Amino acid sequence: MTLRRIWSWIIILLGAAYFLLPLFGMLQFSLKMKRGVYSFEAYRVVLRDPQFQQTFSYSVILALLTIVIGTLIVVPTAYWVRLKLPRLRPVVEFITLLPLVIPPIVIVFGYIRLYNTSSVLPLTGSWIGTNILVLFGYTTLALPYMYRAVDTGLRAIDVATLTEAAQSLGASWTRILATVILPNVLVSVLSGAFLTFAIVIGEYVFAALLNLNTFGPYMVWMGGNRAYEPSALAVIAFGITWACMGLIQLFTRFSKFSSAKR
Amino acid sequence: MTSTTTSVPDTPGRRKLPLLWLGVAPFAIFVTMFLLLPTLNIVVGAFQTSTGSFTLDNIRQLNTDLIRSAYFISIKISLVSAVLGCAIGFAIAASLVFGDLPKWLRAPLMTFSGVASNFAGVPLAFAFIATLGPVGVITVFLRDDIGINLRVLGFNLLTYYGLIIVYLFFQIPLMILIITPALDGMKREWREAASILGASTLQYWWFVALPILFPSLLGTFALLFANSFGAVATAYALAGPAFTLVPITLFSQIRGDVLGNPQLGFALAFGMILITGIANVIYIVLRTRAERWIK
Repeated sequence: MTLRRIWSWIIILLGAAYFLLPLFGMLQFSLKMKRGVYSFEAYRVVLRDPQFQQTFSYSVILALLTIVIGTLIVVPTAYWVRLKLPRLRPVVEFITLLPLVIPPIVIVFGYIRLYNTSSVLPLTGSWIGTNILVLFGYTTLALPYMYRAVDTGLRAIDVATLTEAAQSLGASWTRILATVILPNVLVSVLSGAFLTFAIVIGEYVFAALLNLNTFGPYMVWMGGNRAYEPSALAVIAFGITWACMGLIQLFTRFSKFSSAKR
Repeated sequence: MTSTTTSVPDTPGRRKLPLLWLGVAPFAIFVTMFLLLPTLNIVVGAFQTSTGSFTLDNIRQLNTDLIRSAYFISIKISLVSAVLGCAIGFAIAASLVFGDLPKWLRAPLMTFSGVASNFAGVPLAFAFIATLGPVGVITVFLRDDIGINLRVLGFNLLTYYGLIIVYLFFQIPLMILIITPALDGMKREWREAASILGASTLQYWWFVALPILFPSLLGTFALLFANSFGAVATAYALAGPAFTLVPITLFSQIRGDVLGNPQLGFALAFGMILITGIANVIYIVLRTRAERWIK
């Protein structure tokens, strides 16, 4: 028993070393911009950079819009499939998992081919079109996580009874979705949303190939041209990822308490 | 379509069928336009000449030294990082579940896995450059304070081995996240039953635990493989277009036709779909087999 325990500790500690050293390295490096002393100089430079402010807020907006589009597509679909088309479930599930199998670079390559300026729907030709394209692209990337989260959430509630109750009170489909189903799966939607946020905020391939100045291409540019700032950016990105995951945990735990009370 | 799980009154008669399918119409349109058609376009393009007629020439042209080695290296890196990610992740998850470790350790480790598995791409590359790069914190520390020069020892982050080390940062946590619930599901009674029948720990793991875990192990392996096979941002932020991996080559090709033949890009992309597709078909086939065995 004790031998097993010792081995477990060794494995955990080795693992911890592997994971913590790069984080330590990036943090330490980001503080070394001023020679000889630790300072937040790199962060100051980054945060004051108008390019940073511009690209970062652009990515935040894209992430938020992706979450909205994703929710609008995923929640009604998952609900409808559970309620009315259960036979379709394996098909829908399979499709939602496809973005994990088809590499993102192939998907965006397809976009460029399908929606280029000489096509029927020349989305890449205009600023607004490119943004629509990248938003739906990000929604595609988020689809596996969003769908699974919402579908799991729907499993926990009695969709059929809730729908019947709402219908007998005269609610329309949109009203059922917005005021009955959505609040019930809100925690799932939020976990999917935070994960989506973490994915979209630093995304590189879609943005780079569609020529959009988002946070991802900005980071790559900084990486090629600066020494200390990239580490500061990495720390910021890590902080965002951590915050997203922390919020997911928080909401899930919160929902456990509230459902236990019921 | 009359099968509904509920007694919800449907609109009667002729309008019933369209309404039923109308509910999934937005989803269908969305995935057709932004997932299925783009992919199909690439697959079809791989078998077309620039004027649109059928050809196998694009596929044949993949058979150059550059592209062959790109596929070879990509597959090798993905396999190695998936195998190591599975093995190490499994070891950590097993320590966590069966290792008599303090209970408080578990929650932070799982949260951290969630964070690390999503901390991929550009920032991850920066973190490793700051740590193990030429002037990285550890590199400098080892050189100046301990006297070990990693460069002299032949270590370089910007090699394929370095890339695997970086990829493991998101591969291992992904494995931990997926396999821990599976390990939790293993009943203590199985182990007791095995040991009563005289099985050693090794025999228990080989004959009892492993076959049960096989489907989840395999599924995670396929996922990890696809995960690193399609990754562009991490490798690109690490070394620019210097790595001749398939996705990096495709990235450069889309940006500026470096292969000198636009149709070749389709073939390259088609090859990527084919490989991740095959990995998943193998997974599905083996999984059905493994599950039949369990029943």
